[in-house]
This record gives sequence, structure tokens and C-alpha cells, in this order.
Amino acid sequence: MTATIPRPDASTSFRGRLWRLAETVTTPVLPSDYLDLFAPLRAGADLRGRIVAVRPETPDAATLVIQPGRSWRGHVPGQYVRLGVDVDGVRQWRAYSVTSVPGRRTEPISVTVKAIPDGVVSNHLVRRVRPGTIVQLDQARGDFVLPEPAPSRVLFLTAGSGITPVAGMLRSGALAGSDVVLVHSAPAAADVVFGGELRALAESGAVRLVERHTDVDGLLDVAELDALVPDHLERQTWACGPLGLLDAAEAHWSARGQAERLHTERFRPTVITAGDGGTVTFTRSSVTVEAPGATPLLDAGENAGVLMPSGCRMGICFGCVLPLRQGAVRDLRNGQLTTALPGDGVRVQTCVSAAAGPCELEI
Amino acid sequence: MTVIQKKADNPIAHLSAEDIENLGRELDAIRERVIASRGERDAAYIRKVISTQRKLEVGSRVVLLFSLFPPAWIVGTAGLSVAKILENMEIGHNILHGQWDWMRDPKIHSTSWEWDHVSPADQWKHSHNELHHRFTNVIGKDNDLGYGIMRVDEDQPWHPAYLGQPFYNFVNACFFEYGIAAYDLELGKNLKHGRHKTPEFRARVRAVGRKIRRQVLKDYVVHPLLSGPSFFHTMAATFTANLIRNLWSHSVIMCGHFPEGVETFEKTSIEGETRGEWYVRQMLGSANISGNRLLHIMTGNLSFQIEHHLFPDLPSNRYQEIAPEIRALFDRYGLKYTTGSMPRQVFSAWRKVFRLALPNRRRPAAPIAPIDDTVDRPVPTLATAGV
Repeated sequence: MTATIPRPDASTSFRGRLWRLAETVTTPVLPSDYLDLFAPLRAGADLRGRIVAVRPETPDAATLVIQPGRSWRGHVPGQYVRLGVDVDGVRQWRAYSVTSVPGRRTEPISVTVKAIPDGVVSNHLVRRVRPGTIVQLDQARGDFVLPEPAPSRVLFLTAGSGITPVAGMLRSGALAGSDVVLVHSAPAAADVVFGGELRALAESGAVRLVERHTDVDGLLDVAELDALVPDHLERQTWACGPLGLLDAAEAHWSARGQAERLHTERFRPTVITAGDGGTVTFTRSSVTVEAPGATPLLDAGENAGVLMPSGCRMGICFGCVLPLRQGAVRDLRNGQLTTALPGDGVRVQTCVSAAAGPCELEI
Repeated sequence: MTVIQKKADNPIAHLSAEDIENLGRELDAIRERVIASRGERDAAYIRKVISTQRKLEVGSRVVLLFSLFPPAWIVGTAGLSVAKILENMEIGHNILHGQWDWMRDPKIHSTSWEWDHVSPADQWKHSHNELHHRFTNVIGKDNDLGYGIMRVDEDQPWHPAYLGQPFYNFVNACFFEYGIAAYDLELGKNLKHGRHKTPEFRARVRAVGRKIRRQVLKDYVVHPLLSGPSFFHTMAATFTANLIRNLWSHSVIMCGHFPEGVETFEKTSIEGETRGEWYVRQMLGSANISGNRLLHIMTGNLSFQIEHHLFPDLPSNRYQEIAPEIRALFDRYGLKYTTGSMPRQVFSAWRKVFRLALPNRRRPAAPIAPIDDTVDRPVPTLATAGV
């Protein structure tokens, strides 16, 4: 959009010069802004994907098959990809495990999403999104992956949608020669994402599957593993699921001195809880202040000596907008709450926003 | 037009302080309702306008590669004029207002957008969003009143130089984007006060210089060169398109605050102004243009100038929707909703430019403060009311 975005290839190479020439043709926008209209998935474009299919998995989970753009660099089973989806016109970013087997980079990938109650993005993806929709993507990331070669004895401890990174590993075939146990919790048999596939794997002898149906049997107590999988501490273990399960697992493995054998995946390590006022960090200025819930962030910054951009100071000119790296702020005009995590790309008007919990502003 | 506080028939005299605050609360409620209902439909609207504008611009520029042929010249020039108008009005102006920031799309955001205009977006945002929208129609504070070169209000002091203002206004209309760039730089004031040597001002001048260079290179060198034998025809076509865009946006802007019926305010009147009072000033300081959907889009919905000034950051496609409700509010509170057809409002604004080129017919009772916001003097009372 803007002519100020530095381009890595704006070098002295022939391509670089050609690109700069194209920029003089299209200024003030960039050539890519025009190309995006016709070929959003082309090589060199910001990474995006097109949803090619939506397959229901359970009553509240669905698999999205996504054709990534040509800039996609592939993934390792167990890694996640961040998806930027427009829900009610607002771009929202969420991370989902890639569940497809790594193939050629031009092949579609898949992610499986479980709708959580009041989940803005998950409900949209499971119930409303249609094939053909363009979504924003990031390259695959994450170190919740199998080492090479794969360990000979493995335990997967999962619950709910925590099965998704593990499904990617199981499908990849990397565990073909290993002794694998999967302990998976879900409310009932019908709620087990990939239930049929996992049971078939168990029947074929590829894994030992322990299904826990929590509606009937209650939540799994990690101590029960002593009986369910007596050698679990000798196995390399990958755990993914709700925070409660992961915390309990970490305590269990640490207490027995085997913490290095446990690998966990937490999609949202920071839980944003909104409060009234909070600690505001101005990241580039390395300034941190305590700001009350009624003080605009602009005032808080200025009082602390931060060179804050400002304008009308009444919420109309947008001259004070700054990126909210993470945290929660409240609009002083209507009390509306805005929360952000790194990468969400949320920007706020500092003159009419106050801290609603700890927050970081990029300036 | 005379500052509202001095009018014999002050149009807000019948409103109590409580009425004004109630009015403010009603307007806040309308704003909240629109904000709560912003969604997919609005996002689809702006993306559609942007994509249509880009396709129209590419199409017109391609046609202009063959501008040697008169039909291609006419079609290409017409298309490019419309594309440039859309880009400045419905897209650029509104995105730079932050109307679409809520979508969190970094490509359609007030902090990242740059527009097809010689004034860099950040400088324009300062003079327009921060000064004009905050100090709307306050004599001595809102430089949009006459852009510092014209006298558009009886309360602005007359000087023989204003005799030429119909001519300046016409020249400004033809090269409006350069006028805006000079205005955003506050060129006159900065030169007069010897501030043109400060590093800050020089940096801003350089930024404008870079922007002008890029714009001129594109419109008058690169595209003509790409046209080969049609070089001069394409150059003439882009010049014409820029001229049409300038005349159009100048006319729309004149209709917003200059026609008869729009009120002005004295500087002291906004000290300690409440939210409700700010709203009232926006209501009486702006004028709408009536017309069809095409007109509204081509004016960037500034045909709903009143609604825009009340809520500068609401998506432009919503102004039309709330207009009937706003108008009903005017009626209920006994305020005048100024509106008229485009020809009528343009005529009204131009008539004022001609009329105020001459001194006021009746002499003011007291000397008048100059329009200069570096000197903080109250505007003295005029004996005349609504000349």
C-alpha cells in the first residue's frame, strides 16, 4: 500500500531495477497492490491461502483444506501456522496445527479447527467460512516436532483439539518403527476429532489408543498414567491440550525428575485478562509506567517522557494511533475492550484508550 | 455569514445547556449503534470500491497508451478522471480519517495509506483531521475558511488584496492539490514568521518535494513514455484528468463549509467547549449536497458533510443511512440542516467569494482581529448580522 515499505529485492539487480521502475508507474501504491487484485497467491506476494474445502470432522470441528500461495515454505509435522481471517470485517489472527502430511510446497495443506464456546474465529471457521475465501498466512512455526530419528518409545498425551499436531505426526509416517501410545481425552466418542482414523490406526497395531470420555469418566488425572501407561516416564512425551492438563503434566514430570522428556504445546501462552488500569510498557522507549484505568495511554506516555504522536486528543484525528503489541485497552468513550497478542496487528487511538490490564505499545 | 455569537437571531439561542447535552447524548448513541453494527458488509464495500478504482485506473491508463486516437483519448481521460476522483474522495480521504482502521487490515489503514495527491498523507492528516475537524469554522483557528488566501466570512477583515480572490479561487481550484500541499505546509504563515529555516519545516518541504516528484514523474513522464508515439497526447490526458479531479474536489469542499446558511464561530466561544457544544458547532458549521447515489460516491460521501463532521471516523457508506435520523434530530432541536443541490451550493459558495472580495457593505462597529492563530485575540463584535 504505502511506498515506504522497504523491499528486500530493491537491489541493483536487474529484477530490482525493473521493480523500481514498476513502482514509478504505480506510485503511490505498489505494483503488488495491483497484482494482488488478479493473483493474490502468486510468488512474491504476501503469504496468503485460498480455502479449497471445508470438511466437518465432528459436530463442532472441521478441517480446512488451504491452497497456500507460492511463497509457502512448507512445514514439519507438529508445527502450527497462523491464520489471519476476516470475521465480521475485522482481521483476526489465530494459530492452528497443520494436520496434513508434508508434501510438495505447491500442495494444499490442512488445519483442523474445533469451535470453542464464544470463540469468534473458531466458530466462524467451523460453521460459516466458505470455500474460495482468501485467508492471510504466516510461515509454519513451532518446535513441537519429532526429532530425527524418531524415538523408539513415544507417548502422546492430548485432549480436545490438542490431537491436531499429533495427528500431523502420526500421518507423516515418521513413527512407523516406534512404539506409540496415545492417551486422548474428549467429552464423548463422537467428539473425538479424527476418531475413526485413530481407531483404525489402533486396530492396525500402529498405536495403542487410550480414549478417555470425560462426560462419563471425568477429567483425566495425570497420576492415573501410572496405571494406564506404566512406562510413561521412560517415553518421550508430547502433550497438547487445555492449560490445566499441561500444567498438571509439567508438575507430574518435574516431580519425578523427568521434565526433559516432556514436550508441551501452548497455543496462547499469554492469557489476556482485562482489568482496570495496568502496567504500560512503551517498548522502543524502554519506559514502563503504572497507568490508572481512567488515564489515556497518551497522557500516561507523555507524563513518562515518551515522545508520543498526538493530535486532536479527542478521538477524531487518528494522529495518535500506535500498535498495541499485546495487552488489553479500554475505549474511554464507550468502554469497549480491545485485546491483542503479538502478531495480531492491532493499533489503538492512545488519546481515548486506557490500560485495561498490562499492555505494551510499540513506540 | 457572521460568527454565530453575534447574530441578532442566534440560531441556538432557544437551546438550554441541558438541551445541548441531551443532543450530544443522542448523537453519541447513534455513533455507538453504528460502531456496534460495523461488519462484513462495510468491509466488502470499501474493498469493492478500492478494487473497482484500481481496475478503472489500470484500464484507463492502458487505453491512454493509444491516446493518439481521439476516442481512446476521450475514454481514457474520462476513466482516469473518475478513478482519480474516487481515489482521493471515497478512498483516500476516508481511509486517512481512520474510517476503516477497525478492520485491522494493514493495507487499508490510516497509518499506512498513501494517496494519489501531492500532499503527503501524514501532513494532510495533521492539517485536515487535527486542525480543520477539531476547529471547524472557528474564525482564526480553522484555516479551511478561505484557505488563508480568501475572505469567506464577514468577520474576516477586508484588505484590497481580496479584490482578486475570485481569480485566486479559480486558480486554486485548477491546481487544488498543490494548494492543499502548500496549505498543509502552512507555507504562508511559516514564511511570514521566518520559520522556513527550521529543520522540521525543511524536512516537511522535502517530503512534499519527493511526493510531487513521484507524482509528476508518473503522470507526466513515465506514462507518456510508455505511450510511445502518443507521448504528448497521454501527457495532455493526465493533465486534464488531474484538472478535472482538482476542480471537482474543490467544488465539493466549497460546498461543505462556504454556502449561505453555514455558521461560523468566534475563537473564545470554544474555550471549555463540551461534547454537546462541539457537536452543535459541527451541525451548524457544515452543509450537505443533495443528489443520487453516484454523486454521493463521487464526493466521497462528503455530500453528507454534516454527518461526516459529526462522526469523522464512521465508515463513509454509513453516512447516508443515518442522514434521515440526523435530520430528524435537527428538526426536533429546531436547528437548520443546510443542504442543496450541487449547482445551487457551488453557486452560493462562489457568490460569497465574489461578494466578500469587496468590503462589507455596512462598516463594523469595532476594528476586527486579523486571521492569525499566533495572536490569541477575541474577534470583536460586529454590528451586522447575517449580511
